[in-house]
Amino acid sequence: MDTRRHFLKGVLAGGAAVAGAVAAPEVCARETHTRPPEGLGLLYDATLCVGCKACVAACKEANNNPPEFSTEDHLWDTPLDTSGYTFNLIKVYRNGTMETKDAEVNGYAFMKTSCMHCADPSCVSACPVSAMLKDPVTGIVSYNPDACVGCRYCVAACPFGIPKYQYDSPTGKIGKCELCRHRYKDGHYSACAEVCPTGATLYGKTSDLLAEAKRRLALKPGSTTTYPRGRLDGPDQSWEGPVGNYIQHVYGETEYGGTQVLKLSAVTFEKVGMPNLPPHSSAATSEGIQHSLYGGLVLPVVALGALSFIAKRTVKHDDEANSDEEKQP
Amino acid sequence: MGNLSEIFELGTHALQGVEHRLGMTRRDYLQFCSTLAVTMGLAKGADAAVAKAIESAQRPSVIWLHFQECTGCSESLLRAEHPTLEKLILDVISLDYHETLMAAAGHQAEAARKAAMAAHKGKYVLVVEGAIPVKDNGIYCKIGGHTAIDLLKECAADAAAVIAIGSCASWGGMPATGPNPSGASSVADVLGKTVVTIPGCPPNPYNFLATVVHFLTFGKLPDVDALGRPKFAYSRLVHENCERRAHFDAGRFAMEFGDEGHRKGYCLYKLGCKGPETYANCPTLGFGDAGENNWPVGCGHPCIGCTEKGVGFTKPIHQVAVMKNVAPPLQYARIVEENGQGATFASAAALAALAGAAAGAAAMLTRNLGKSHAAAEAQAAKAGDADKATERV
Repeated sequence: MDTRRHFLKGVLAGGAAVAGAVAAPEVCARETHTRPPEGLGLLYDATLCVGCKACVAACKEANNNPPEFSTEDHLWDTPLDTSGYTFNLIKVYRNGTMETKDAEVNGYAFMKTSCMHCADPSCVSACPVSAMLKDPVTGIVSYNPDACVGCRYCVAACPFGIPKYQYDSPTGKIGKCELCRHRYKDGHYSACAEVCPTGATLYGKTSDLLAEAKRRLALKPGSTTTYPRGRLDGPDQSWEGPVGNYIQHVYGETEYGGTQVLKLSAVTFEKVGMPNLPPHSSAATSEGIQHSLYGGLVLPVVALGALSFIAKRTVKHDDEANSDEEKQP
Repeated sequence: MGNLSEIFELGTHALQGVEHRLGMTRRDYLQFCSTLAVTMGLAKGADAAVAKAIESAQRPSVIWLHFQECTGCSESLLRAEHPTLEKLILDVISLDYHETLMAAAGHQAEAARKAAMAAHKGKYVLVVEGAIPVKDNGIYCKIGGHTAIDLLKECAADAAAVIAIGSCASWGGMPATGPNPSGASSVADVLGKTVVTIPGCPPNPYNFLATVVHFLTFGKLPDVDALGRPKFAYSRLVHENCERRAHFDAGRFAMEFGDEGHRKGYCLYKLGCKGPETYANCPTLGFGDAGENNWPVGCGHPCIGCTEKGVGFTKPIHQVAVMKNVAPPLQYARIVEENGQGATFASAAALAALAGAAAGAAAMLTRNLGKSHAAAEAQAAKAGDADKATERV
């Protein structure tokens, strides 16, 4: 009776510990990180994009990436998605007759696909070896191939499907946009923004870019306004153009605690491949669960205790067993 | 359309006649006909038909009116060299009234126009250069005491065809730019009907010549788009055939006049090139018979969209153009690429059934192989037993 009582006690205690740990995120989850105040980023305005793909070509050149082919003639660099060798891609939303640009029905729209440089990146959270790092000042999510063990957790973790592995190489690396941080020392900035003819991709501090995006949203569609090109704090290359019929939302302002790359579009963001994300990041959720479970080694101790108890309970000592067997005949 | 037999039919006699009349060698003359046929985008062999038409057709009477313009269109036409225009207007067409080129003046000139209109009623071609001011009953442009409106309506009434040459006559052009104090209007607006328009400032003379020769050859004007522009010349955007297009696609732009990119001949889009919203054949045809690349962009200046209503003389020259691409190219990646579906349950089951059947058949076969061997062994053993039995007996 005594042992049974102990056993039930142990079951109860273990159950309570597990329940407490699972319920913990509500109580002890970490806060979603926010953008660093001086964080750098891009503003992509789909209504300004003319689909020239100059940014795709410039990105390949800046990162020394080979062309990728999806057509039979192998003449042009035509990747169908971002990959270990394509960090930036202009994709097209197509509907019906595709007559009007930026129309949801019978229209088409362009969308840039590249790293969003999240305030609270899932890839950084998922990386077990700190190969993915978020710079505390610039906020750039960078990749260190020397630390990488090739587990590809980041590939699975990213909600935008951005980090991609070079599967064809025996020494494959992860390929992703790092905002051209290797070009800063020469006075250059993100090649995609540098080359964009219409300023559809604009480089600058995310706080400034957010203000610029909000300014555009406040304008009357069809009216004329001045659009900067290149970088916000750089030499004036602005031009005058018509205001697009924007969806009243800056994508990346709040998604997963905010991203450093912001987007404006005239077509619903979900239709152009930008997922609907809550302001609370999944990195914060998963880290909350993990850190609660393993915090102070509570769960391992409980689990070890439960296992030891079960083991002890089921073990029969040789002498006991022998005596039983001897008694029976 | 012409063919080889027509070239032979022409015979040396007819050819010599027209060569003599035009004062050019036979080689030059046929070259001229080919140039026009190619400009119009006609099929191979059409140059023979053109040559025949020019030789045989009676020179059509042409009346050329000038209104609010700079005579740039005429000047541009004067510089055509296949053949030089004086040969054309004296020998291919009969230019009966042209204020810049005619020798007559004053009442004599007016009389020539009236005479030509009476003599070729319903047959002459009316060419209009310049916009027509309509404000205050058109008093801002008068020739011989008549307003431009009256002159145009009078001459157009009995014309076989009306051609508006230059952007001013086509859609108002520079005189119609805001605030448009004289109410400058296009020929089509004043006449209230669509006419063939050859916009440009100035238009390429060969677009005009090809239109006239098309009329001579086939007795009708060429196919035109909704704005009356001949499709052979105005169906493509300047951007589509531009020799600097590759620089645009690769993101190489001139940022300001005289910078490195500009000197290297990079794309002028960032300097305000209107090629992406302007329909014209400038990049393929060139100007001034000086060979390829002799056109504004070839010389390093962005296209100003002079042929396009609402672009030329309306938008600031260095304002970035609107891309008029009708649809993005097919090879552009979709938002979500359509992948092949995974195996459905039914197909997986069918495959599994097939594989199972194959495996079963193979197993049975091997088993039967063994069986037949065993049976043979057994047979042999039986026979052996029988032998032994008989031995015993």
